[in-house]
This record gives sequence, structure tokens and C-alpha cells, in this order.
Amino acid sequence: MSNWVKVAPFADIPKLGARVVRTKNKENADIEIGVFRTEDDRIFAINNTCPHKGGPLSQGIVYGDKVACPLHSWKISLIDGKAEEPDVGETACFKTKVENGFVYLELKD
Amino acid sequence: MQKMKLVVVGNGMAGMRTVEELLKIAPDIYDITVFGDEPYPNYNRIMLSPVLANEQTIDDIILNTREWYAEHNITLRTSARINKIDRKNRVVYAEDGASAEYDRLLLATGSKPFMLPIPGKDLEGVIGYRDIKDTNDMIDAAKVHKHAVVIGGGLLGLEAANGLKIQGMEVTVVHRNEWLLEKQLDKTAGKMLQKNLEAKGLNFLLQKNTELLMGDSNGRVKTARFTDGLEIAADLVVMAVGIRPNFALAESAGIYCNKGIVVNDTMQTYDPRIYAVGECVAHRGISYGLVAPLFEMAKVCATHLANFGIGLYKGSVTSTKLKVTGIDLFSAGDFACSEGADDGREEIVLHDAVGGVYKKLVIKNDKIIGSVLYGDTADGSWYFQMLRDSKPIHEIRDSLMFGQDSLGNTGHQGQDKAAAMTNEMEVCGCNGVCKGTIVKAIQDQGLFTIDDVKKQTKAGSSCGSCVGLVEQILASTLGGGYAPPSTSKAVCGCSDKNHEEVRAEIRTHKYLNIPAAMKGMGWRTPNGCATCRPALNYYLLSTWPHEAVDDPQSRFINERVHANIQKDGTYSVIPRMYGGVTTPDQLRKIADVADKYAVPMVKVTGGQRIDLLGVKKEDLVGMWKDLDMPSGYAYAKGIRTVKTCVGSEFCRFGTQNSTQMGIDIEKAFDHMWAPHKVKFAVSGCPRNCAESGIKDVGIIGVDSGWEIYVGGNGGIKTEAAQFLCKVKSHDEVLEYSGAFIQIYREEARYLDRTVHWIERVGLEYVKQRILEDSEGRKAAYERLLYALQGAVEPWGERVQNRENHKEFETITV
Repeated sequence: MSNWVKVAPFADIPKLGARVVRTKNKENADIEIGVFRTEDDRIFAINNTCPHKGGPLSQGIVYGDKVACPLHSWKISLIDGKAEEPDVGETACFKTKVENGFVYLELKD
Repeated sequence: MQKMKLVVVGNGMAGMRTVEELLKIAPDIYDITVFGDEPYPNYNRIMLSPVLANEQTIDDIILNTREWYAEHNITLRTSARINKIDRKNRVVYAEDGASAEYDRLLLATGSKPFMLPIPGKDLEGVIGYRDIKDTNDMIDAAKVHKHAVVIGGGLLGLEAANGLKIQGMEVTVVHRNEWLLEKQLDKTAGKMLQKNLEAKGLNFLLQKNTELLMGDSNGRVKTARFTDGLEIAADLVVMAVGIRPNFALAESAGIYCNKGIVVNDTMQTYDPRIYAVGECVAHRGISYGLVAPLFEMAKVCATHLANFGIGLYKGSVTSTKLKVTGIDLFSAGDFACSEGADDGREEIVLHDAVGGVYKKLVIKNDKIIGSVLYGDTADGSWYFQMLRDSKPIHEIRDSLMFGQDSLGNTGHQGQDKAAAMTNEMEVCGCNGVCKGTIVKAIQDQGLFTIDDVKKQTKAGSSCGSCVGLVEQILASTLGGGYAPPSTSKAVCGCSDKNHEEVRAEIRTHKYLNIPAAMKGMGWRTPNGCATCRPALNYYLLSTWPHEAVDDPQSRFINERVHANIQKDGTYSVIPRMYGGVTTPDQLRKIADVADKYAVPMVKVTGGQRIDLLGVKKEDLVGMWKDLDMPSGYAYAKGIRTVKTCVGSEFCRFGTQNSTQMGIDIEKAFDHMWAPHKVKFAVSGCPRNCAESGIKDVGIIGVDSGWEIYVGGNGGIKTEAAQFLCKVKSHDEVLEYSGAFIQIYREEARYLDRTVHWIERVGLEYVKQRILEDSEGRKAAYERLLYALQGAVEPWGERVQNRENHKEFETITV
């Protein structure tokens, strides 16, 4: 079952930037999700953890539909969470939508 | 839209490299068909010698597998030799009757071994050395025959001879000249090489011309006879006397050829639909037989095939290495002996006959024009780089011959000669990459550039101290295939412009924000990448202070949040302590803050201040407020610290008040952004307790004034700062060091430390700007002060501006 949660006003997510959303997973443990906004105002959400060494992706530089991890510059796709070649790895993605000026995030239950 | 048809004739390294470059920049505009007359997909021809020497297998040297062609929707026709081009109807025909239409045609037909026109050249067992078939023929011949004769003592001939010897044959190399490799070596080095190869069991007949080859009753070669009458046994004859561009196909189609297919600087032939690359080409009258120029051609050709219409090939300077294990030689440029000639050529020679080392540098007009290295080739790429860049050498002439010492002092066990390292030894201490891993990646994955190796193996991709070693490994593995990167390279893949061009355009067109700059300079990506955006942001701000718009999203996280990100995503907080001087009040405040926020570690830094480590992002603003001290910029590409010693106030040796000088400098240049971090130090006497010798600007007080040193670095590679000048007064210290830093800010490439910048422009240039041009110096200092006018302390500003706090807050749902 889908589980859309309201996250923040669209304007609170900076262009070419991100915000961190903290929530619980089904085991009730804290997880962090990075919610990103591209230059053309698309919103993406991926797990805030780089597949390389766990760097907080939300803190990286956003360009195109990618983010460069702040720790060792792995390039992670916001679309599918995959690392750019030749690096190998991926991080989880979440669906997003914008309605009435608010960003929503689909959490798996 | 119907795709255009691109037909490639020649499935070798040049043709396929062009296709690869094309796919990178325009993957969708062509349907591509490739014809190759060999039965194999594209392989690494320069690795045939290691195959013959049993160091590699055929499978190891395949560059593009059949699956690769399929993945990229390329139609590959192997064992299909094209023998006709119908230019009017734009169709090529293969010997087997196949045909293909083209909109554009790429000829990459390579070259053929030159076969001496002597009687017997068509006997069985007489071959050239060009492809996998020749290599297999040699390996097979070695199983049943004993006597091999290699005609030609050039690179290819010697590699063939070495391989045949390893395959178990008795090998004689016949050479027309007085010494081996006369195109690559002078006589001294040639004779040393001969001695080493003789020790490996090869025989040599020099100054001999082959007259004819005689066969046995089965038509197989049996004997070789020379013009002086000598005859020797020969069951296998390998002709390696040179290659000839293979342009018969082009010529038969009426395309203009002159010892090769004639192309212009865009690699276009006289038929505008037809391009040509590789060894079959005559560009400005020159045909190249080494792989590095082919790759340069491929890159240029691809941009034109992609309709970008940019890129010109202007010819190549080549260097060579011999791929015979255990023999180290390197040569580049023009090193012909200048005996007696009064043409301004000078030679520097080092010759250790017993140690087996010989090095010769040929210099003209203060520039290296040629080099020959034998026995110790570690500095080959360094010399070659200076040769290609036409770098003036008078500043380093005294030590030039001793090489670029300390290729890296840390992280790889003090090694600076790759050849001396075993495969198990660690080259890259940051990423734990051993020599063997790098060699294997170069061979198996077909890597040709430092960037490729960094990407695939990670070696040299972190701190960069081992790049020199990696480069040596690359050069010795590839031999003639290696070309060092040009020093003026593009900022990143988003544009072809280099740093200097970008800076010049920002100035000329007065770009004031990143989108305008990218649009004006034709950036290929909509909003750049993590490499170019921080550089552009810095260039805009440093060129147009108070006018350009700072873009926080183009800054690395540390500068965006005024704190250093740590491995676990926490931050460190370092307040300024001007000149390393603090007070009991400050210390109490720091202690209180550390308690209040439960800071996991409090540490004294190397820059004489206090670091609070392990701080959560959401606590940053609160801590800054409670600390009420200025930001130490410990996160910045900008002014970091001014380290000081006690100085004349207390020290019994101090000659000057270094502490106060340090405080004054740190206050004067506070908030300054720069291409990279900038560290100062001030010592009160030549004992130099503040370690001024390894700082970007190091100042040493002496009884009669202050000495200023620049370009020091205590990091990856320890670099002693160089003496710039001595001044008398306190104000002069500020003016001279400020002017130096301002010119560095205006002219260095982003992420260059002062040492890298000075290395490129030369200390002489710096001295000229600072010491000889006093008006210029004053003006530069004024520009620095202007840029720093009204600079805002960032922590205080963040505390004040509540709207900005959102960035630091986590959303909880």
C-alpha cells in the first residue's frame, strides 16, 4: 500500500540543493532520506547514504540529475540511485510528488 | 529521424578509438558498420610483443569484444577486406561481395610492414610483424625451427627478436646501421642496449645489408646472404625494416594520397564525406607509427563526425619506449649528435657505463628539444612534458639531470622509481592499490591515459602523491602508446575550455553569475558538474569582487556550511585565534560550548588553534552563537592560519615581534577566498620555530627586517618555500605578501596551491611581478584590500539571519 507523507513546502527545498528528512523504517529504526531539487525544479528522494562509504549525499553538489558525494565524490544518479561508472553501487530511491506547493514522499510501509 | 550511416574501413586501434570517442559525445547520430580484414575484434596491437614474449595472451589484448559491438549496435564484419569505394554512389564493396552504403566514411586502414625487395622475399617463413597472425606464425615456427633472423634493429625488430628468443629460437638481428635503434638512440646508448641484449642471448650483425634469401626444396627459407658474402642459417625471417601507410584502397578510389592519405587538420580527406585516421594518413606530410598520435587524431575526428566542428589536430611530438622486459630506455624529440655543428644546441650528459645508466638532454634556446635515457627512465615523462610545453629550464638547469626527485615522499614507502617496485608493493597509499593491480588494469582494460587509470583503479585519485609513479607504470606498460597529458587541459568534461581561457573570458565578457558564464562560454551541460561549478564560482568572485554573485550551491559543503564535514557526516568547528594567541576567556567559552553540546573530541590543530570535532549539523548555528568567536575558515579554499612563534616579546633569541606580525597579517587578509587553502607563518628569527619554510607565504624575522619566502608546502609532497625578497618594514611585509597572494588569486588555476602555480609560471615571473614592477605590486595589493572590503564574518551572519537556518535543520516525519 502506498504511504504518501507530506514533507515540506516546495520552496523550502533549495534549487540545486537538498534537505534531509529523518523518519523511521519498518523496523522502527531512524533513517535519513535526502530530498533534492534540480535546476529545472524536479524533486527526487534517495537514501541519504552513499553506497561507497556512507557519506551524506544530501550535502553534495547537485548538478543535472546527479549528486556528487561530499566525502569522496562518487557521482550518484538521483533518478535510480546508481553510482556512475566505473564505480559500482546503488542507494535506495523514493517516489516524490508536489501538490499544492508541498512536497510529498512515498514511504514503503 | 533516419540516422546517418557511418562506415568504418579498418577495425584497428585508430578506427575504433574514433568510434569510441564518437559514441561518448554523440551516441545516436549514426548507424555504424565496421569492416576489418582480420578475423578478430579490435585488439591492442602494441601488446603483440608481450604476447610473443609469453607475458600476455591474445584474449588479454582484445580491446573491444564482439559483445561490445553488439551492445552499441555496431555491425561488425570481420575477415572482410574492402577493395572498392564507389564515391559517386557512396558504397563500399568487400572482397567477399558484401557492400555497405555510407553517408560518411572513415578510413583507418593502418599500415603494412615494408618487405625488402630482395630475391627470396616470397619464400615460406619470410614474414613481417604486424598482426596476430604474424605473431602466431612466429610462435608456431619456434616450435619446429631453430634459426631466426630478424632484419631491422628498430623497436619492432628488437621486440620480435626478444620474443623469438623467449620462444626458444637462436636469434640474429641484422641491422644496416652502426648501432641499434638509430632513430631513438644515439651511439652510446645504442651500444649499451646491444650489450644488454647480447647478455640476454641475442646475436647481432651490424652494418650488414641483406642481399638475398635462399630456400630449401620445399620452398621454405633456409639461408640469408649479405652483400659482403656472409651466409647464415635462417628458418624464419622477420622483416622489421619499417612500415608503409596502407593507402592503396583510397588511392584506387581517386582520393588524393601522397605517401599516405592526405588529410587536413580536421582529419578530412579531399572528399569531404571521407575522413581518415591512423597510420594510413599523411598529415602535414607526416605519417605516424605510434599509437599516441592516433588517439589524438581520433579525438579530433570524432568531434567533426559528431558535427561539433571543433578540434584541430596539429601534429604530435612522440616519445618511445622499448617493451623488452628488463631493458629501460626512453627517447623523445631531437637528440641527434651535434658534434661540430654550431647551431645553438647544448647537451647535458650523464654516463655511468658500469652502472648501465646513460642520460642525455639536448637543449636549445633554454628549452629541452630532445632526450635519451637508458637504464634509468624514471624521469622520461617529466622531460617529455617540459619538451612538449617548451618550458624554460634555466631555473632548474643545475639539477635538471638529477630528475624530478621526490615524486612523492609519503604513502608509498619512499619509492619513486616504479621499475624498482615489485607487483605486490603499494603504489597508492590512500586507496591501497598495488603496482600489479595497475599493470593488470592497463593491460586487461586497455587503458591509455592517467585519467583512465585513476578512474578504473582509483590509484592516484585521492591525494595525488603517487600520480608520478602511476604515470611511470603506464608509460612502461604501454611503451610507444603512452602520451603524457597536456598541461593545458579542459576544466572538466562540460566544456573544452581550459582554466586560462575560462578566466580570460570571464574578464573580457564580464560574466557575473554562473548561468551567464556557462551560456556565454558554450557549456555542454545544463548546470555543469561538481568539478567546474566550484571553479567557476571562484573565478567569478575573484575577478569581479563585490559584483559577481556568489552561488552557495556551487560551493563544496564545507564552504556552504562553514565547517568541515567528517567521515560520519558530522562537522568540525574551529574558531579563529589570530596568530595562535588566545585568552582565558576564550578558553572558558570553548570549554563551556564543548560541554553544552557534548563535543566528542577537543583537539589542538597544527595551525595553533582548537578544533571541536564530531558536531551535528543542526548544532552548528547554536554553537557559533554561544562561542561568539569569528570563524577560523578551517574549511575554506582561502586563508587558513598564520602560524607564529613567540618572537621578540618573550623569546631570548627573537629579533622581531613575529606574534604581532602574524596577528596583523591574519586580520588584514581575513575572509579571503583563494584557489586553494593558503597558510602563512611568521618566525621571529632564523631558527624558524613557526616552520615558515613549508608555508604558502613564510616570513622570517632577521635583525635588519623580514625575509619573505613563497610556495612552500608541508603536505603530500614536502616543498621548501623559495626566497622571494627581504623587506625592512612591517607595512612592506603586508604589501609584498598581499600582492603575491593577490596575483596567485587572480592567475592560478582553481585547486592549485601556490607551489603548483609557481611551478608552472616560474619564480622568476613572480619576482618580476612583485619586485621589479613596484606600481603593479602596489596595485595588486590595493585590489586585494578592495576585494576584502566589507567582508562579512560568516558565523555571525548565519546566527543573525534566521531565514538561513533551514539549511541546518532536519525535517522529521
